[in-house]
Amino acid sequence: MRVSIAKKMSVDMYPLGENAIMVEFGKYIHPDINRKVMALVAYLEQHPFVGMLEYISAYKNVTIFYDPLLVNALPIEVEAGEMPLSYRKMVQFIEKVLKTIDMNKTGQASIVELPVCYGGEFAPDLTFVAKHNQLSTQEVIDIHSSGEYLVYMIGFAPGFPFLGGMSEKIATPRRSSPRLAIPVGSVGIAGSQTGAYPIETPGGWQLIGRTPVELFCPQNNPPTLLHAGNIVKFKPITLEEYQAIKGANK
Amino acid sequence: MSIKVISPGLLTTIQDCGRTGYQKHGIIASGVMDRYSFRVANILLDNDENEGALEITFMGPTLAFQADTLLAITGGDLSPTINGEAVPMWRPVLVKKDSVLSFGMMKAGARAYLAVAGGFDIPVVMGSKSTYIRAGLGGFKGRALAKEDLLTTLQTKVQLDKFKAALSKQSEQGSFVTTPWYFAPAHIPATSENIAVRVTRGNQMQHFTDESIQEFFRKPYTVTPESDRMGYRLEGEVVKLTAPLEMISEAVSFGTIQAPPDGNPIILLADRQTAGGYPKFAQVTVVDLAVIAQICPSNTITFVEVSLKEAEVLYLQREAEVKEVKQAIKFYLNA
Repeated sequence: MRVSIAKKMSVDMYPLGENAIMVEFGKYIHPDINRKVMALVAYLEQHPFVGMLEYISAYKNVTIFYDPLLVNALPIEVEAGEMPLSYRKMVQFIEKVLKTIDMNKTGQASIVELPVCYGGEFAPDLTFVAKHNQLSTQEVIDIHSSGEYLVYMIGFAPGFPFLGGMSEKIATPRRSSPRLAIPVGSVGIAGSQTGAYPIETPGGWQLIGRTPVELFCPQNNPPTLLHAGNIVKFKPITLEEYQAIKGANK
Repeated sequence: MSIKVISPGLLTTIQDCGRTGYQKHGIIASGVMDRYSFRVANILLDNDENEGALEITFMGPTLAFQADTLLAITGGDLSPTINGEAVPMWRPVLVKKDSVLSFGMMKAGARAYLAVAGGFDIPVVMGSKSTYIRAGLGGFKGRALAKEDLLTTLQTKVQLDKFKAALSKQSEQGSFVTTPWYFAPAHIPATSENIAVRVTRGNQMQHFTDESIQEFFRKPYTVTPESDRMGYRLEGEVVKLTAPLEMISEAVSFGTIQAPPDGNPIILLADRQTAGGYPKFAQVTVVDLAVIAQICPSNTITFVEVSLKEAEVLYLQREAEVKEVKQAIKFYLNA
């Protein structure tokens, strides 16, 4: 369902089951699209509404989870339609919200440097990534560690940063079948995305290195090192440096 | 007031409805697999509906009660007994001091829920008592129960004291007393049954071949042994995209059926990631998530398509039913 909200802005909305709606601001990974995502997020943080359970923001969309029972009781006028009542009410509600918020507000981004040990047992897919892109493994490392990456979203696992701005020269598709266990701190590539694993979890990313820094600290509030909107830089380190930082954490 | 774990069973964890509101930080929601059975367990004891309870998987624990304890067991029938005597499910049970609860054969379903009146004394981490084992988070020390663990129960509501006293007067003998009334919903499948699960279309279903879509709804899928609380990996007809589709990661939900490139669908469940990058083929209806939770590995599932509107109707009917049951049980507890 496509709705024109204002000049130069069209928004797509889709259901995610009978209790969630995805509000999508574009089709690509782009800072301008993500800025709109963050603008809706800022609104939802300040104006949570009855029936909203929570939201998850991503590169280009925000998914709002709701209780259909409570949303149906909201005083929102909607026309009859194919879609469930709660969904139609949500569409109406979001359209109204989008008309009231400034979609292009920007804040000051903070920079976080993440040390990464590329290679060896930490990088089981480095050779594959190099081959896939007809590069040497050192070239992959140089390209990966020279970029500045915007944290577009936190998701998939606690504190897992989805980073944008990776060079297409090292883009590599996900593994055809996900690994059952990826070690903590693994740095990987999926398509033209890059990120780092804060906990051990299954996943389909191509692994090219590992960071000794803790990305998820449940005792802290907020519980994650990185946040949507941060800028991340990767700094190559040796195995010895990796172990030194790892040891200092303990 | 304590309960001692003599043996923990296969996978017994403290769960509630999960860490709602923390998924934006990438925190896995966790929580019970079968929310329906879980809610009923708490309702039977006049607890808050979201009070933490034990989720018991396939093979149950053996628990020794160091004080009289009012509890309810719901969900899958894992043959619970107290001091060797079969104990009925789906109703309040007053277990006498020094009795031992154990479980036996898996007769129907896969997961049982054990709630105690007042709840368990478990710290609330990020809004929830749920255990997320992979991150060692929440629940009882961030892990499944182990031998020698001591679970402490919280004070029961004052209103329940009269009910408890009346119940204990019913029988001086035996190791437990139950009510004649009970509420047992009909969603628990027999262990060997092929199970029908209602789903709505996923946002990327149109990117799959017509044949894949037809076969998906025609042939049963087997739940493989690699399945767990994070997701069920299914084996059956593979679903094929009409052309390769590299997705940009976005939110997933409890019950999202995603299709990785190998074409074997995965149903995402309680310990799912918050976001994913595989195409979404279908979405399990909220009411049938409770059915999915009660399926064992090697069982088969046949998917049935319903419209989103039908899914909403099912959702609202379920909520209305729970509300009625809640009122009825409140009446009995206060009678």
